Amino acid sequence: MANNSFVKTGYLTRFILRLDRFRISLWLVGLTFFTLIVPVAYTGLYENQQERDAMAVTMENPAMIAMVGPGNIENYTTGVMTAHQMLLITAVVVGIMSILLLTRHTRADEEDGLIEMIRSLPTGRLSYLNASLLVISGVSVALALITGFGLYALGIESMDLEGSLLYGAALGGTGLLFAGVTAVFAQLAETSRGTIGWSIAILLFTYLFRAITDVSDEALSWISPLGWVTKTEAYDANHWGPIFILIGVSVLLFILANYLHAIRDLERSFLPSKPGRRTATRFLQSPIGLAIRLQRTGMIAWAVGIFLIGISYGSVLGDMETFFEGNEMMEQMFQLTEGGSITEQFIPMLLIVMAIMSTIPPIMAMNKLRGEEKKDRLEHLLGRAVSRTRLMGGYVVLSVVNGFVMVSLSAIGLWSAGTAVMEEGLEFSMIYGASMSYFPAVLVMIGLAVFLMGYFPKYTTLVWLELFYSFIVLYLGGLMQFPEWVGKLSPFDYIPQVPSEDVSVMTLVMLTVIAIVLMVIGFIGFNKRDID
Amino acid sequence: MSLLKVTNLTKKFGTFTALDKVNLEVNKGEIYGFIGPNGAGKSTTIRVLLGILKATDGDVKLFDKDAWSDAVEIHRRVAYVPGDVNLWPNLTGGEVIDLFVKLRGSNNKSRREELIKKFDLDPTKKCRTYSKGNRQKVALIAAFSSDADLYILDEPTSGLDPLMEQIFQECVFDLKRQGKSVLLSSHILSEVEKLCDKVAIIREGTIIETGTLNELRHLTRTQILVDTKQPIEKLAELKGMHEIEETEQGLSFQVDTDQMDQVMRHISQFGIVKIESAPPTLEDLFMRHYEGTEKVDVSGAGGAQ
Repeated sequence: MANNSFVKTGYLTRFILRLDRFRISLWLVGLTFFTLIVPVAYTGLYENQQERDAMAVTMENPAMIAMVGPGNIENYTTGVMTAHQMLLITAVVVGIMSILLLTRHTRADEEDGLIEMIRSLPTGRLSYLNASLLVISGVSVALALITGFGLYALGIESMDLEGSLLYGAALGGTGLLFAGVTAVFAQLAETSRGTIGWSIAILLFTYLFRAITDVSDEALSWISPLGWVTKTEAYDANHWGPIFILIGVSVLLFILANYLHAIRDLERSFLPSKPGRRTATRFLQSPIGLAIRLQRTGMIAWAVGIFLIGISYGSVLGDMETFFEGNEMMEQMFQLTEGGSITEQFIPMLLIVMAIMSTIPPIMAMNKLRGEEKKDRLEHLLGRAVSRTRLMGGYVVLSVVNGFVMVSLSAIGLWSAGTAVMEEGLEFSMIYGASMSYFPAVLVMIGLAVFLMGYFPKYTTLVWLELFYSFIVLYLGGLMQFPEWVGKLSPFDYIPQVPSEDVSVMTLVMLTVIAIVLMVIGFIGFNKRDID
Repeated sequence: MSLLKVTNLTKKFGTFTALDKVNLEVNKGEIYGFIGPNGAGKSTTIRVLLGILKATDGDVKLFDKDAWSDAVEIHRRVAYVPGDVNLWPNLTGGEVIDLFVKLRGSNNKSRREELIKKFDLDPTKKCRTYSKGNRQKVALIAAFSSDADLYILDEPTSGLDPLMEQIFQECVFDLKRQGKSVLLSSHILSEVEKLCDKVAIIREGTIIETGTLNELRHLTRTQILVDTKQPIEKLAELKGMHEIEETEQGLSFQVDTDQMDQVMRHISQFGIVKIESAPPTLEDLFMRHYEGTEKVDVSGAGGAQ
């Protein structure tokens, strides 16, 4: 039996590689780019050991250790600094990559009935699972080698070959490990959503567990796989032991997934699915109720995420002064001027970034309407006594409320952590008001999404491009010295930078008016066009 | 009284003409069959009727209201089952049924339970676990438990098993008894034949035939199997004869229905021992229209005598 179970694994591996070649390339290019750009930026930002030591001081508080893990503050070279501040967070992203890539070709393909098709062909029972595991293993190895040699190729003094390869191996090992976790949950959970949900939950749990133990008792962090990543101490002590643990545990998980796959029936799972509701609640029985129900989980997850981002930004406010002192590049980047405390001038930059992040969930909420259209599910509603205005209106209301909640949560998060770490505290109304002044810009982005949905439904994704553009222009604008009109193409640029600038009510009103006009045009277009 | 009247409906997607001057009329109490192969324009027509697509040209009226501008008013009196039922994977069947019924307006709880039992659906399961047939059942239960005046059903039985198809047909007859109207798009001809009073055949965006089944049968042939004492002479020379074939049981041929009388007179001269006739099926009708190139009067070349 065993030898039959793996027939055509090689062929299927090439098949999956072909299906995912762009997806995989994008992940690899993206991860490599962000891995390599950081040490380059650090060499520019911190020219000597003294400046790095100043930076190191700001990292020596529980909040930062919880976020990025412990680092050797005594020997804070560019290499150590990169590994300390970037390795863990990149590893988390690699974990997400593994989870998403592997779920596609395990539970998701099974759910869509594709594995049934492949099983009916002369392929082994375990071939497809192992083909997808082989692909993800290949991706992890490629990632380890590319980032490892890439970091070494930067030619930065403190980044030697061994440390660089270890850094890459830690990323690759994390990829393998979460591929293993996902492969197991693909057997346990009944749906692809469940698989992703459980795997991400494990990822978050290992991150949080490590955060708590890193602060309280570092030895306990050895229990968390993400703890192993920081324990490599790349560019410093260079421990290879954790890499072998990562690989070993991954292999065990792969074997467990194979075993579970072998003993279960296709399209069955080990975690039982409980029966759902027999009837709909009153709440569900309207277009907007349906829209909320469909997006509920995602919205809650985003709300928690945005709140945590607010908290993490707030937690660094305490050490701002030390951090900026005498660093010209940073001062230029954040356009700091004389007068006013550095913290006060730094806050607007944080607010812009948080506002742009808070725009993501409301736009997702709005573009969900297009997703529903593409899946032919709008005709169920429009074929009944629901007008197009009422249908789209529900999504717009949901999106606007969503944006309001997200901006509020980011402000509350920033304030609550900031006021706790700063000696003089922060005024809540100042932070909340300043955050809220970005809300009209969020409305304009929602308006743009509504407009595209009405007149150019095939191009609803363009709104993401505008958001990305806003981020680049405003975040790097000061550094890159763009001409003024470049910024004017983003609604976020018009917002006065409270508290260092005065509130201009007129600007906010104008932006809101533009948003409303875009929405009205969008409604007109949606009422006139064919539904796909 | 006509509930649905489509006059010269034309729908273009860019330069492609999906529907070309389509005319349809469904009266109160009628079960109207709408047949045609895949891609002929059945679903496009229905989506124009529902105001989901906007007509490029022509007049589409339901209950004397415009299908596009009065869509919501119209939909209060219409129940619709799409051909491809896509549902929300994370809602249960029961939830979707309630949502659908509620969005139309009226609600009939007892009817809902009765239909769920009849169609043998488990409403507590998430839609992602449903097969095509089960998703169709959800849409059908939602439609049949609504009190509508016009039911628009787009290939509603393509995923149902024969037993469920039977139940579906009962439900349609129930509607007919209540004097409701149904527009049934299908390519299952036996079903249309069993249920429908009138039929329209669409092909490549054009209606090529409409009328009652009886009217359409004029255009078709009857299958005859006959055994006579003496061999029949000069059969092939008669008008309207097709596919003459000598079999062990006797002579088999098809005859155009309007030529039946003279053919029978001719055959009876030779002393009939046994005669079997099969009624023209919609199948024949359908095939004749879709075999675009086939001529009506190709006579049986493989003659009898």
